[in-house]
Amino acid sequence: MNTSAIVMMILALATLWGGLITSVLHLRKHPDEPK
Amino acid sequence: MVTQKREVWSGRSVFIMAAIGSAVGLGNIWRFPYVAYENGGGAFLIPYLVALLTAGIPLLFVDYAMGHKFRGSPPLAFRRLARGSEFIGWWQVFVCFVIGVYYAVIVAWAACYTFFSLSEAWGDDPESFFLNDFLHMNSDATFGLDFVPGVSWPLLLVWVAVLGVLALGVQRGIGNANRIFVPLLVVLFGTLVIRALFLDGAVEGLNAFFTPNWDALTDTGVWIAAYAQIFFSLSVAFGIMLTYSSYLKKHTNLTGSGLVVGFSNSSFEVLAGIGVFSALGFMAQAQGVQVSEVVSGGIGLAFIAFPAIVSQMPGGPLFGVLFFACLVFAGFTSMISIIQVTLSAFEDKTGLGRVPAVLIIGGFSAIVSLLLFPTTTGLNTLDVVDRFANQFGIVGVAFVAVVVIAWVLRRLPELRDHLNSVSSFHVGTVWQVFVGVITPIVLGYMLFSEIRDRIREGYGGLPDSLVTTFGWGVQAAVLVLAIVMSFVPWRRDVDLGYEEDENRPDSVTVSIDKTDSREGTEPGGNL
Repeated sequence: MNTSAIVMMILALATLWGGLITSVLHLRKHPDEPK
Repeated sequence: MVTQKREVWSGRSVFIMAAIGSAVGLGNIWRFPYVAYENGGGAFLIPYLVALLTAGIPLLFVDYAMGHKFRGSPPLAFRRLARGSEFIGWWQVFVCFVIGVYYAVIVAWAACYTFFSLSEAWGDDPESFFLNDFLHMNSDATFGLDFVPGVSWPLLLVWVAVLGVLALGVQRGIGNANRIFVPLLVVLFGTLVIRALFLDGAVEGLNAFFTPNWDALTDTGVWIAAYAQIFFSLSVAFGIMLTYSSYLKKHTNLTGSGLVVGFSNSSFEVLAGIGVFSALGFMAQAQGVQVSEVVSGGIGLAFIAFPAIVSQMPGGPLFGVLFFACLVFAGFTSMISIIQVTLSAFEDKTGLGRVPAVLIIGGFSAIVSLLLFPTTTGLNTLDVVDRFANQFGIVGVAFVAVVVIAWVLRRLPELRDHLNSVSSFHVGTVWQVFVGVITPIVLGYMLFSEIRDRIREGYGGLPDSLVTTFGWGVQAAVLVLAIVMSFVPWRRDVDLGYEEDENRPDSVTVSIDKTDSREGTEPGGNL
């Protein structure tokens, strides 16, 4: 793969999958209050 | 008076799974890779991310706030927001009805192709097989009722399966189906992507997909394409997420859940881009041509290009089964959510029980679907209905909904306060600007330019009679029906039902007409 394609692929994976992992971790830290 | 108790998800994880199942659909697999490639390749990531953060996720939060606060299907939620806005909810319901009746057909095609893959039934000409042998397409006729049994029977089975799941209810049916199919989809698609990455030519495909064309960023059309992809892909602002969130328990982290759903959907899309372009790279190399010459999207990608890839690669049948099974699972979970919007609306309005609603409303949807689409002219009809349902139905109702909520009724502060009262990720002024300013501008532009283009150019070279009837006509009928339904009286005491709902928010008291509590706490302001 050419360098610019590799960089953009890593950026896409880092931002979107990174965002997913971060949001899952955030949610796990905040369990819903029991009723 | 005894009111019917609203169903609830057993927990937020089931809701999140169902919301992901709804958002991840056919468009993630066959639309995103093509749109990204056509609009700047790797550079498309930038407008796409901006659209996700400034429109997709903020609108998702609006849907969640509306559904969770007002605890109803779209018409009921909008009625509880303000009585005059009920028609917006019905508009969303009928848009979902229209999408549901043709969406089922594509799921049925994919189910057939899962089996066709085993024997590579398309031979050496997948295009001819799809149009002539499978669909028996009659390119001369504009509309007809010449049925194709090879499509009708699988379509009937799809409807039986979808309605069967819906008849089991929100938790037992929708929840459990998504708990099975969403993880299965991720595993199967992950396997497919890994296999695709090891094909000869995959690197060239990835180069084509990710190499950035920075000039594209100065093109307004590229930015609009990014916002359009986010709107269509996330299932926002046309009733689905609103309906699903109406079954949540009182204390549920809405924005935290929404972030997981939004990023899951986009994460799947980029995975699909990698898988699809690796496979297209292989196809290009096998044919000795450039990747740009084999790129396609939508039905052409799935039912013509992919069968060709399957025929050319070692272990093709297994790859084909994986691909089409993924389409079936992704489409099935999305279709469940689309039809649930219509069922929940009529259940709320008429007091129908779940099973009668499935039989009457679901059955009617199935009959319409079976009459219009598994025919020799069904492909053109589907093409027109799909285009107009997306570009006018979804975009139109989303535009009207955000303008009414943000500017006519000025209820964003109330929704903001509701989100912040139950969520860990707080929203504030920035979120209000995204929802109240940026999204109406983008949606308004998309709607205006589509109206202008369709009036000037027609659609896809198809006959005007077809475009007028199934394009403009269907969308006009949707709007008229929505207004008519908003005048039909509610058959049971929905207000009493709201007051007795144990999952109703604390802040809402006594009468629905007095819920306009616009003064609220200052937001935490994370967004």
